[in-house]
Amino acid sequence: MDIAAQSIEGGFADPVFDAQTVFRAVMDAMARPGSLQSLPAFARPPVPFSATAGAVALALCDNDTPLWLDPALQASAAIKSWLGFHTGAPLANTPADAHFALIAAPAEMMALDGFSQGTQDYPDRSTTLILQVSDIASGAPLLLEGPGIETSATIAPAQMPRHFVEQWKQNIKRFPRGVDIILATSDGVACLPRTTRIKTMGA
Amino acid sequence: MTAQPTDIATYNFAYLDEQTKRMIRRAILKGIAIPGYQVPFASREMPMPYGWGTGGVQVTASIIGPDDVLKVIDQGADDTTNAVSIRAFFKKVANVAVTTYTASATIIQTRHRIPEHPLTAGQVLVYQVPIPEPLRFLEPRETETRKMHALEEYGLMHVKLYEDIARHGRIATTYAYPVKVEGRYVMDPSPTPKFDNPKMHRSPALQLFGAGREKRIYAVPPFTEVVSLDFEDHPFEVQTFDQPCALCAAENVYLDEVILDDHGGHMFVCSDTDHCEKRREEGHRGHLAPEMMEPAR
Repeated sequence: MDIAAQSIEGGFADPVFDAQTVFRAVMDAMARPGSLQSLPAFARPPVPFSATAGAVALALCDNDTPLWLDPALQASAAIKSWLGFHTGAPLANTPADAHFALIAAPAEMMALDGFSQGTQDYPDRSTTLILQVSDIASGAPLLLEGPGIETSATIAPAQMPRHFVEQWKQNIKRFPRGVDIILATSDGVACLPRTTRIKTMGA
Repeated sequence: MTAQPTDIATYNFAYLDEQTKRMIRRAILKGIAIPGYQVPFASREMPMPYGWGTGGVQVTASIIGPDDVLKVIDQGADDTTNAVSIRAFFKKVANVAVTTYTASATIIQTRHRIPEHPLTAGQVLVYQVPIPEPLRFLEPRETETRKMHALEEYGLMHVKLYEDIARHGRIATTYAYPVKVEGRYVMDPSPTPKFDNPKMHRSPALQLFGAGREKRIYAVPPFTEVVSLDFEDHPFEVQTFDQPCALCAAENVYLDEVILDDHGGHMFVCSDTDHCEKRREEGHRGHLAPEMMEPAR
């Protein structure tokens, strides 16, 4: 399939209701960190962009939200034109300008503090990271505490960034500044808002 | 009355256009991630005046889906003008199911009360907020209040509460009683009576706040610490009532005073009409409940 066709195919079949379903899953995941909110495959973006991450991008991004793509996605002209056609979102020049960062290879991603952290006056002006992971059960287990969690929750996301626990501790110290993470797995979404405290399991 | 298909087609689902919904949805996600912080958003004009719940309506319109069941209350009542018209609005523009039962609703839009029936996980409580800034009447300049939130400088609020004590012997604030969320942001719980403040603390439901005229959205995620500000020697306490509801005999609920005649006659009844009706259905009777009010067969 040529790039022109790839960039047009694979959007939401029913934009209004698909976007609402995806948003509600992300909202519930953000409100209950560590919970996996399942989602059917609403979008079919070009590889290596995953169906779930693509659906989240379609539901949240538009011409008001500069995007930053990690090198794996940046390399694909098809993905850039797919995002351009379906969302109209401009590409950010630097990670610090991005409202959303789409990351297909989290294990190789840059440090969390390279993205916009917001300001002390406007902590909402930070980058939301959409991390593409295969699942949240096969990686190193993380014990979560904080708002949205009754006592504690455990997730074990695969392919997480290097030194993630250490980086996340620094992210929490910056509160109310900091980044929020949406984990897009193959069958749903889970979130780590900046308020979630991580305790490593075992050791 | 069900909406005709032709009535719905005139608008996008839930009235707002998709770009507006995305903008509000992004603000909601930031609000959840920073509990108690007021996220600015590009509030739209709605087909109702400011002060009628345009903020709450925009939040509800952005989260609602065809499977949701909506309940709308105004001062606890399902049957007042504001509640009835907002419910009719969503029935028309989103064709969703509506209810008055707290337990069966998935989204509850509220003006100034939290239902008496405990909320559950999965429910979303949407507040209509007139003035979102708790410091606004102490410091009118937005640039200053923003700095105060940034620096976590809330001394002024404690001075205000202290002045209450100096003047009245107790903290005289009875509604819009300021709370601290997760030990960081001081937040206005919207003009709910302080009676409802303890219900916000570690509630299993997600709480979203929309202020249309002031263009702010904020949120309290489930199981989040919400502490009413107070002093060690003047601890926070809620209103108490020396008599039960006159219709359903409920105690430990918030009561409204209803004037019965122009000779000083009055009664106190539940402000939460759904709670009161349910109790009467269960056979509870207050001292002014009509004896003959058996369920119609």
